[in-house]
Amino acid sequence: MSSLLYRLPSPFPCASGCLPQCITNTWKNLREKEYVGFATLPNQVHRKSVKKGFDFTLMVAGESGLGKSTLVNSLFLTDLHKDRKLLNAEERISQTVEITKHTVDIEEKGVKLKLTIVDTPGFGDAVNNTECWRPITDYIDQQFEQYFRDESGLNRKNIQDNRVHCCLYFIPPFGHGLRPVDIEFMKALQDKVNVVPLISKADCLMPSEIKKLKERLREEIDKYGIKIYQFPDCDSDEDEEFKQQDRELKESTPFAVIGSNTVVEARGQRVRGRLYPWGIVEVENQSHCDFVKLRTMLIRTHMHDLKDITCDCHYENYRAQCIQTMTSKMNADKRVESPIPILPLSTPDVETEKLIKMKDEELRRMQQMLQKMQQQMHEQDL
Amino acid sequence: MAATDVDIFSNEEKRNLSLGGHVGFDSLPDQLVSKSVTQGFCFNILCVGETGIGKSTLMNTLFNTMFENEEASHYQNGVYLRPRTYDLQESNVHLKLTIVDTVGFGDQINKEDSYKPIVDYIDTQFENYLQEELKIKRSLFNYHDTRIHICLYFIAPTGHSLKSLDLVTMKKLDSKVNIIPIIAKADTISKSELHKFKIKIMSELVSNGVQIYQFPTDDEAVTEINASMNAHLPFAVVGSVEEVKVGNKTVRARQYPWGVVQVENESHCDFVKLREMLIRVNMEDLREQTHARHYELYRRCKLEEMGFKDTDPDSQPFSLQETYEAKRKEFLGDLQRKEEEMRQMFVNKVKETEAELKEKERELHDKFEQLKRMHQEEKRKVEEKRRDLEEEMNAFNRRKVAAETLSLSQPLKKDKDKKKNSAAEVI
Repeated sequence: MSSLLYRLPSPFPCASGCLPQCITNTWKNLREKEYVGFATLPNQVHRKSVKKGFDFTLMVAGESGLGKSTLVNSLFLTDLHKDRKLLNAEERISQTVEITKHTVDIEEKGVKLKLTIVDTPGFGDAVNNTECWRPITDYIDQQFEQYFRDESGLNRKNIQDNRVHCCLYFIPPFGHGLRPVDIEFMKALQDKVNVVPLISKADCLMPSEIKKLKERLREEIDKYGIKIYQFPDCDSDEDEEFKQQDRELKESTPFAVIGSNTVVEARGQRVRGRLYPWGIVEVENQSHCDFVKLRTMLIRTHMHDLKDITCDCHYENYRAQCIQTMTSKMNADKRVESPIPILPLSTPDVETEKLIKMKDEELRRMQQMLQKMQQQMHEQDL
Repeated sequence: MAATDVDIFSNEEKRNLSLGGHVGFDSLPDQLVSKSVTQGFCFNILCVGETGIGKSTLMNTLFNTMFENEEASHYQNGVYLRPRTYDLQESNVHLKLTIVDTVGFGDQINKEDSYKPIVDYIDTQFENYLQEELKIKRSLFNYHDTRIHICLYFIAPTGHSLKSLDLVTMKKLDSKVNIIPIIAKADTISKSELHKFKIKIMSELVSNGVQIYQFPTDDEAVTEINASMNAHLPFAVVGSVEEVKVGNKTVRARQYPWGVVQVENESHCDFVKLREMLIRVNMEDLREQTHARHYELYRRCKLEEMGFKDTDPDSQPFSLQETYEAKRKEFLGDLQRKEEEMRQMFVNKVKETEAELKEKERELHDKFEQLKRMHQEEKRKVEEKRRDLEEEMNAFNRRKVAAETLSLSQPLKKDKDKKKNSAAEVI
């Protein structure tokens, strides 16, 4: 910014003694009367970003029947899974985990959002669920790897960012806390993606039970050292109301959510909710569930923070690890250092590979011949 | 047992007679009732379901008491069963109630063996009863019957369908125990979803051949109610022991911010139906079914395993005694044969080892001979060499002597020669 303080041509060619006084006067006048205009930078950023559009990748994970699809529909007010085929119980006995992606373009007040929802059908459904999170971690790694390759490539104009920015993990409300499969899953994913645990189908828990379960979950998450997404602290110069809101948000994790695909009539209004014989559950009622808090956090306030942490933290860790393994591998094999690192999952330099293979073969042949000759000499000596 | 009695009677001639006055054997059922009341009743319930699904709460709600139990943890290594026996009394009727809980069911990551402890427990109870029956001195009327009369299978309210674990477990249990599937925590499913869920569950059970307990419809007194209840399976229940004030009554219910779910309200859940069916109407039938169907099946399989048959190859009825004798003889014969075999094997082994040892001995002997021969050869050679050497030495000595005698006779010539030689050498 100091470069913008351009030097004014001094109008008064005074002696060096009185120059400072005149110049400070001139500077002062500048600040009061003419303003430079870089205060419009936020607006420029806003305009450019609106033009460019945003993208966000959200992953939902959890056993089937916990309301993942319904919640996504409620969050983004669209119907993403129109023709879904649900498997029968006998088909699910030995089911493997798949990864499905749905991409939608939604727009609100001129701001475009390319939303990708990554679903994980089959997670935790089989009778034997050993390592059922492997396909999910592989998928996340693949996205990182692809971004890494794109970033290191020559043409970086249109990089598509498919990295997963947030993973909503659905914990069933029927138990007493975390189950072994929950712990294993979150531990496997904690370093690769922002994990946000949610208590699903919270309409089967009374307020006292919700409180107990949340405490239990927080305890167990601490006890097992699971690193879930932490809200960043708000700045100290924010007003008291915002700070209060922030505090409430942090104290009510993990969020207990309810989702609904249907609109019902309650208290004279049409709301998203679930109709029961004993009452109507309103999804957007703060006293019924934490859906509003989740939506605020996920979309309205922390969406970009989630993206930032994915880029700055998880992706950088992956990248550093990748490069480290590459260099150690290359040192072990004594290969020529190539400017673009050779990645294990792809073969960008097929030619050099072939050459190296040929050279290896030659080396081996020569070594064999040497051995033979040595043997012959040895025999002759005898 | 009742069925075979009827068969015997139908073969004989039966005449229907009418009575002239009141005899009084119409009090037989009352006598039976008073006898069984003094004896007391016994009922065993098995609750199968994931941890935290509401098994203990439902038991508390059903029997309107607080059975003491702590919350189970999710981190058990395997499934194990926890039976607890309680003595309850209502009016003058004593009930010995055993509730068996499955602890750790559905918590492990690999659930392939989850059903085994349950099946083993049920089989063990049958086995104990069978042993008691086969005893020589038995006291069946005193025996505490621990056979499971009813298995309540708790299905998680996902709203889609059965879980794969549910299907596998129910298939393993349906031939051993009466199963009533119930949808637990049903206050999370709305009415329309519930209807679809129930239909999906029943169709999955039917298409996989799982036999659940059907309420009996052959007794006219209860046929209507049972038939209508059969259509409501699986029951969607909500359990609660907390009391909430609704209107001017205090009922057992769950209080939510959006309403109160009353446990005994038929439009809220099927708890009342479950209680009717399970306790008030069909308890006795459940016990009968367990004894007449499941236990008999187990007994038949077990005895057939041991080789018992009802008829011998000539289709004449065999008595148990003869079969037992035959079995015993066979068994002893088997034992003897095995002993013989083992002895033979032992003898063979010994022979083999002996033969081996002999072989080895012979080899050693051969080697020894060989070595001896070599040794002798060497010795001979050494002897020869020595003789040669001696000869040479003798020859040398002789020459020496000869040379000396020669030198003594011609000493000067020798010296001159010597000098000449040495001079030649120098040059």
